[in-house]
Amino acid sequence: MLVSSALITGIGLGSMYGLLALGFHVTYAVSNTVNFAQGSTMMLGAVLCFTFWITLGWPVWLAVALALALCAVWGAIVERVAVRPFVQRGSNSWLMATVAIGIVLENVVLFTFGKDPRGMPPTLLTTSTITIAGLRIQLLQLLIPIAGLGIAAGLHAFFRLSRYGKALLAVVQNTSAARLMGINVERVIVGAFALSGLLAGIAGILVAPLFTISSTMGTLFGIKAFAVAILGGINSAWGVVVAGLIFGIAEAMITGLLGSTYTQIVTFALVIVALAVMPNGLFGRSEVKKV
Amino acid sequence: MFRQRLASLNLSSVRTLSLSLVACAFFATQNAFAADPIKIGHIAALSGASAQSGEAITRGLALAIDEINAKGGILGGRKLELVQRDDESNPPKGLIAARELIFKEKVAAIFGGIDTPVGLAIVPLANKEKVPFMAVWAAGTGITRNGAKPNYVFRVSAVDVLVDVKLLQYASKKFGSKKPGLMLINNPWGESNEKGLVAADKDNAAVEIVGIEKFENADVDMVPQLTRLKEKGADSIILVVNTPPGAQMMKSRERMGWKAPVISHWGISGGRFPELAGATHGDAHFVQTYSFFGKLNPTGERVLAAMKKKYPQVKGPEDIFAPVGTANAYDAMHLVAQAMEQAGSTEGDKVRAALEDLKQPYQGLIKTYNRPFSADNHDALGPDDYIMVRYEGEKIVPTE
Repeated sequence: MLVSSALITGIGLGSMYGLLALGFHVTYAVSNTVNFAQGSTMMLGAVLCFTFWITLGWPVWLAVALALALCAVWGAIVERVAVRPFVQRGSNSWLMATVAIGIVLENVVLFTFGKDPRGMPPTLLTTSTITIAGLRIQLLQLLIPIAGLGIAAGLHAFFRLSRYGKALLAVVQNTSAARLMGINVERVIVGAFALSGLLAGIAGILVAPLFTISSTMGTLFGIKAFAVAILGGINSAWGVVVAGLIFGIAEAMITGLLGSTYTQIVTFALVIVALAVMPNGLFGRSEVKKV
Repeated sequence: MFRQRLASLNLSSVRTLSLSLVACAFFATQNAFAADPIKIGHIAALSGASAQSGEAITRGLALAIDEINAKGGILGGRKLELVQRDDESNPPKGLIAARELIFKEKVAAIFGGIDTPVGLAIVPLANKEKVPFMAVWAAGTGITRNGAKPNYVFRVSAVDVLVDVKLLQYASKKFGSKKPGLMLINNPWGESNEKGLVAADKDNAAVEIVGIEKFENADVDMVPQLTRLKEKGADSIILVVNTPPGAQMMKSRERMGWKAPVISHWGISGGRFPELAGATHGDAHFVQTYSFFGKLNPTGERVLAAMKKKYPQVKGPEDIFAPVGTANAYDAMHLVAQAMEQAGSTEGDKVRAALEDLKQPYQGLIKTYNRPFSADNHDALGPDDYIMVRYEGEKIVPTE
């Protein structure tokens, strides 16, 4: 009972980490940069969805679609404002700039949305449950892993099979060669950041009904998702999703078996041990430096 | 001719002026003598996530001060005047405000707010400067039990160690629970209650704590912790946490379909608990010191009527947010005023001595206070004064 319920919890949370980590993966895959404000983008998705749906009373499909679209736009803005200016000049300051823009976003939300955490009203996704072997599972808890794995599969297929996906990967391998081949490098990178924002938005909207919505809801998620991205090997879509599941299940199992006092200590210690043994992550390949 | 008139006019106006000046000076000294207002300080969270608590305390103080001033004030006609400062739930800010109120505003007493850490920061200053400090919300045990002799810190509010006694008693009496399990926030407040609950468990033969679980503010899913408690045979959940994570706990409990009753400290009563916790919000019973619902004593009737008049948005008890803040502050203000009257002075040491030995009983909102404080006990309320309540929608209704 303890183990199986921990599994359900872990798979749900783990898929969430995986979804966010996929956002790190897509931008890293095409540009070797990431948006460290991924956690705040996730929060933005949840806050916008709540505002459109509950505060303004718009239909739920419109609220979700618009929130996701705006998250994608936000991802593109982050690239334009906090990444490109630094990368162009060969600086690594985008590391700090993306963290900073995330903090700015959190405080703007704090100012406009308010300090009072809010809750999504119950929907069919949270009220209806199915029981498997005495375990109650909410529909949403099933939907989150399906979304996570589905998106990972889609990304994998896109990068490996489609022409455009291959073009994206070409960009990171050799930017100038890609440009010579007629690939619009800037547009590809903006697209990747928009996609990463969209993924964070999906994660935010999926977790919102399970959680409370506030300006700080994404912070810890963002940190854990980055740990997951590194653990999985940031250049493998499958890797980060599977690492997300492993991280989530480990968290829930440790809480269930050892007690919650040990959860953070043991999970993060395990991440460090795993990376010490496999420096490129569980599923990552080391980059070949060609001279 | 014209010139002469001007001169005479001047003369007469100078005379009037000097007369009125003398009169002014005379009345001014009279004023300072009899009706110099007594400044009462209040340091609380007036902005931020806990702003409602600060506003509730402000209302309680203002209602009591209005009553006292309407009767002509104290100490032969001196009116009370409230001086407020926002601590933003930040201990250093609270301490700076306390310094300012004591040294610049020269307040006769200070009332505190919801945050135990802020209260603990002010305690040493109050004791050093001999200014009575009245806690009306923060429940941290160490605020009043601070080891100082003499001790200038008093409280009309719940105290963690006594709340812990009450929570276990209630679990066994109301729900017949024999094996409560603890769900505590992983911070100093949770820790202090863990100590309190374990100590209370030793003195209570009816219950035996079977498990202690902790969680973080940002935890989404607490099913693993709850499953551990359930596997250990817990038949009730004792909860110590503020609203948002408390709501997460309720959602996790609902998700696993566990029906064990939840008995909670009052942290969950600030904020939108019914909205955040969802369908099962009513399953959590929690501690309060006062409720404006049900049959009220004469003081309750009077205060409710005064509130409706002073704050038009209050139509009935359901519109009173954070009622404990208002009730505690109202009673505490009256006790302090009574002590000043008895001491015949606003001098800190005399007021402290009077508070420790109040001669007249006082019929307050929460109860009739008969010698509420003594030299050893600076907490006016004990487990018998706590009431248990639960949410029904947005309403807080008594369960005892």
